[in-house]
Amino acid sequence: MSVTPSVLVLRAAGTNCDADTAHAFERFGARATALHVNRLLAEPALLARHHVLALPGGFAYGDDAGAGAVLACELGSALAQPLKDFVAGGGLVIGICNGFQALVRLGLLPGLDAPLGVQDVSLADNDSLKYEDRWVRLAITSRRCVFVGDMPAPELPVAHGEGRIVPRDAEVARRLVAEDRVVFRYCGADGRPTQDYPANPNGSEDAIAGLTDATGRVLGLMPHPERALFGYHHPDWTRATRHGGAPDDLGPGAPLFANACDWVRNNR
Amino acid sequence: MDSDTTSVCIEIGIRPERKDVVAARLLRQAAELGMALPDGVQSRRGWSLHVVGGAAAARTLAERFLCDPVMNTVRLFPSGSSPAEPDTTRLEVVRLPGVMDPSAQSVLRAAKRLSLQVSDVRSWQAFVFPAGTDKALLARLGSGLLANLAIEEVRLDPATGIAPVADLPDAPFRLQHVPLREASAAELSRLSTEGCLALDATEMAAVQGHFRSEAREPTDIELETLAQTWSEHCKHKTLTGLVQYEGTLRDNLLKSTIARATHELNRPFCKSVFVDNAGVVAFDDTHHLTFKVETHNHPSAIEPYGGAGTGLGGVLRDTLGTGLGARPIASTDVFCFGPPDLPASKVPKGSLHPLRVMKGVVSGVRDYGNRMGIPTVNGAVCFDPRYVGNPLVYCGSIGLLPANRLHKEVRPGDLIVVAGGRTGRDGIHGATFSSQELHEESETVSSGAVQIGNAIEEKKLMDALLIARDLGLYRGVTDCGAGGLSSAVGEMGEGSHGAHVLLDRVPLKYHGLTYREIWISEAQERMVFAVPPEHERALLAVFAAEDVEATVIGTFNGSGRLTAEFAGTPVMDLSMDFLHKGLPRRTRTAVKRKRTLADPTPAQLALTGPPHAAAQSSGTQSAGTQAAAAHGGTRAGELLLSLLAAPNIASKEWIIRQYDHEVLAGSVVKPLTGPRRDGPSDGAVIAPVPGSRRGFAVACGINPCLGDVDPYRMALHAIDEALRNVVAVGGDPEQTSILDNFSWGNCERPENLGDLVQACDACYDGAMAFRTPFISGKDSLNNDYREGGVSLSIPPTLLITALAIVPDIGRACTMDLKGPGHDVLILGITGPELGGSHLAHALGASGAEVPPVDLVLAPKLLRAVHAAIARGLLLSCHDLSEGGLAVAAAEMAFAGGVGLSLDVAAMPVRGAPDLPRRLFAESASRFLVEVAPERREELHKLLADVPHTLIGRTTAESVLDLRDGSTPVLRCELAALREAHQRTLDLDREHAAERGR
Repeated sequence: MSVTPSVLVLRAAGTNCDADTAHAFERFGARATALHVNRLLAEPALLARHHVLALPGGFAYGDDAGAGAVLACELGSALAQPLKDFVAGGGLVIGICNGFQALVRLGLLPGLDAPLGVQDVSLADNDSLKYEDRWVRLAITSRRCVFVGDMPAPELPVAHGEGRIVPRDAEVARRLVAEDRVVFRYCGADGRPTQDYPANPNGSEDAIAGLTDATGRVLGLMPHPERALFGYHHPDWTRATRHGGAPDDLGPGAPLFANACDWVRNNR
Repeated sequence: MDSDTTSVCIEIGIRPERKDVVAARLLRQAAELGMALPDGVQSRRGWSLHVVGGAAAARTLAERFLCDPVMNTVRLFPSGSSPAEPDTTRLEVVRLPGVMDPSAQSVLRAAKRLSLQVSDVRSWQAFVFPAGTDKALLARLGSGLLANLAIEEVRLDPATGIAPVADLPDAPFRLQHVPLREASAAELSRLSTEGCLALDATEMAAVQGHFRSEAREPTDIELETLAQTWSEHCKHKTLTGLVQYEGTLRDNLLKSTIARATHELNRPFCKSVFVDNAGVVAFDDTHHLTFKVETHNHPSAIEPYGGAGTGLGGVLRDTLGTGLGARPIASTDVFCFGPPDLPASKVPKGSLHPLRVMKGVVSGVRDYGNRMGIPTVNGAVCFDPRYVGNPLVYCGSIGLLPANRLHKEVRPGDLIVVAGGRTGRDGIHGATFSSQELHEESETVSSGAVQIGNAIEEKKLMDALLIARDLGLYRGVTDCGAGGLSSAVGEMGEGSHGAHVLLDRVPLKYHGLTYREIWISEAQERMVFAVPPEHERALLAVFAAEDVEATVIGTFNGSGRLTAEFAGTPVMDLSMDFLHKGLPRRTRTAVKRKRTLADPTPAQLALTGPPHAAAQSSGTQSAGTQAAAAHGGTRAGELLLSLLAAPNIASKEWIIRQYDHEVLAGSVVKPLTGPRRDGPSDGAVIAPVPGSRRGFAVACGINPCLGDVDPYRMALHAIDEALRNVVAVGGDPEQTSILDNFSWGNCERPENLGDLVQACDACYDGAMAFRTPFISGKDSLNNDYREGGVSLSIPPTLLITALAIVPDIGRACTMDLKGPGHDVLILGITGPELGGSHLAHALGASGAEVPPVDLVLAPKLLRAVHAAIARGLLLSCHDLSEGGLAVAAAEMAFAGGVGLSLDVAAMPVRGAPDLPRRLFAESASRFLVEVAPERREELHKLLADVPHTLIGRTTAESVLDLRDGSTPVLRCELAALREAHQRTLDLDREHAAERGR
């Protein structure tokens, strides 16, 4: 009997993709619990009882003073040690959109030298200086991350105003590539990474859309795989002729959740 | 305040090696307004605050929270010293004291986590310019682009930093009575005007009579409570009153037309209509859907960003306050603005330019809706010069309600609990303000009526409410909207027949509010609950766990009186019966408007011959050649391109993309469709229950152009269009309900009221014919703008919103052509009428007659189209609306990236329409559909009692080709059609061009 993957979906005031993210994990047999950060602050030991920590999208605390900044402040002060222990102990972490912003602010991603507390990159205002919701094509440029497995390069929706990756300096930019931290890049119809708007929706440097850490067990990405869970989520599903115009069962974001659940079953 | 406390300013900038995108946007926007700014502009954000521990503590806050070390520089200075930087000039924009400042809340939260004692936070934005920049230019930049003086202040090179906000001094308590009993008619009128009560002579006389019978003078808040509860905004006095119209007395238009249709149709899927905060219909065995659409016109005219944001925030609370609380799952937005290209000199005094209104409104809906995490999925935008002084903002909210949470029941003894944001001096008199005419001074006089929202406060409130709902911790809930606590408590107290409130228990944002302000404040993000005493502790614990303040402020009782006390003194003791039933009914006079109407002349309509632009030949050779390439060298092609670029028809992608329309992961048909995601969907389809294939479609119908010609037919068209739209994406017309939202000019003018009577009659006739009940509605009947002594009414504007069940989302349909070699059919009949059409407008005419709606044929057509979609017969389906057949065909073709060749000679017609009418007339009840040739016969059989004709085929060429028999009419490249459709409202075109789109 394999274990049932247990997922803690961390929510705060303004988190708004918690239910969708929990549902995506549940679709692949996980038991997912949306927990308010207040509860975790009161009882940090709860974290260790789960296999996966998910930081979903939204606007934690409003993002009025920097995207993900307040949540990163909460995690980085009272929860720093439990979080380090969780990752070191084999836990998986995924940060989607606002969750990615918090992980970057916290320094857990890309985590080049210290796993927490040092910020190597920033997720800055989109070049267009506005929030945009659109589907993008992604190239998979590293398969070291356990969430990625052998999934095909997906199309996924982005919906954010601050998703432009800016490395702290040229050395950080070099190491992101040299140390194989870049999982997803925005690409054009030809599958090649691009700086062209809107294929690269925010002007992200080196077209970076998603990063992993040294372990490959932590993933952060701006696009929303939980909004591409089912076939009918894809904007072109009515054009697909495979089933006479009916949608596929699963969508392009589903493998990320399936792979995480499989990894837990096989490794824990 | 602690003696160790200091006032500090923390300001962050962008590191010199990084792109300052905020400054770059300012330069771009200033350039658009013709203001040339020097290079080297830098943006800043700052926070002023009191902190214990001096500069070291402030530095900790800055470095561990406010400053992103990769992007930002940071500097600290005492708020009493000059913020100037060497060799620069500085412009600051700061919110006025008391205006909501969400980022201050974030700072307080982070400070607490960092164990810092911080208070009185206030934020600002600043720009730093090279020394010597023209200060007059900067002053214009501040007031004309950056700040709205109704809520913000501009500071140019200030001597000192911005001071943290401190409490206002406590106002001494003095109970106010209003001497009413002995007042003359003139004095009553003056009291109403000066008190901003918006009560007319009869109503004031009724109030006077009531207090004479109670042998006392009213207190100020008793009078206020009556004014709020009796406002047009809350009571719909015009629609429920008596109307003398063309020799007949119409008693209660609402009841005798709109609600009557619902009552007579008696559809079993209607679960709650016209009684709760939203209409409720059945969805599946365990869920209902709720739907409400609100207007927030006047606040949006004064402060577009805050007005639109709180408009959405308000309607979301309506959803949360329906039954025992529905979960908002989708939002709609419909706007009416002045023309986007209006010359600055034509903007009336006291009004904002339509583009500025539009940008503010869109940002307001975006920031509120996206933060709440509710997808904004459907809408429309209309433009007309009469909306310049009085724009319209409609916000709709659909909710998912567990079927066993439908009924409220407030009992005597239940506690009154207010939860959510604190009460401040914001939004005083919103209900009565919205019931009055706007004028030049509205901006200054009514700044108190402006509300700025804080979406995160409402998100927390929603999260807590839904948990408490599922635990069954309360028996009733409603939102604090117009009229604030006075309306909310008064309304809920109707259930138990009485309530008592302790006004000094209400949590306040700052000291200094009077009991009157506490009672009528329209501070946002608050809801009122009726809580059985045994659940008090559990309920308060649920709210505390979500960081939401919840406070017991009184008790519902069966006393028959609405009473309140402040500082131990009774301040209100009103009869519930008089409050809710004492309003005298109004009698108003309505007349049928006389109109001078004409179609364009045959010469204007002629499509033969060269395009007009070429005939005038003013452009250069290359420009002329380019245009000719786009429209194929024909007048018909030229007209089609100009219609696609008309603001009402042009792509709304610039707006749609800024809205999160996919959050909650229920999106099945998105607002933009096709491989390039540029096709305008007829409606949105949502699957609200994960794992279930049952969904719903939502769409709207609105066309004020038609209202100028014939308000009766306009209303029928709005219903027909909303229904066509939901059916086109897969909605079942037999399981469809509709909502009405009237925005009208001042109905004290008999012509305006006459238009309203006709539209209401059409609502009844349309609802009955289509068997679609009205489940909710709202009216806004004072949309006049007065300038220089002249009042201008908006065009009669009826928004119809439709909600339809989609039995299987796997059968939903989109409007983009799917591939070459398919047959294309037109369904429905094309007539010769051009009244209110875009073709007539483009040629400078009104049009003589609005096309009729065939109420026998139209429902049959909808059922046939749905049957075809349910069988998977239609590859694509699009309704014909503004711009007629040619525009619909163009949209389907460029959206799909598939060529289309049509022959318009043989199509079902009535009254022998000529070629331009067949191409561009806006006859009702028509669709264009795409079908695989091998399934055409099957479709043909389904359409047996609906006129339809095969008019063409899809092709592998990237061209729209229209013929009239053997005569070529137009031939346009899809790229040119797409470009025309995209161009007009793409307000960030330069960015897109720079970045290589």
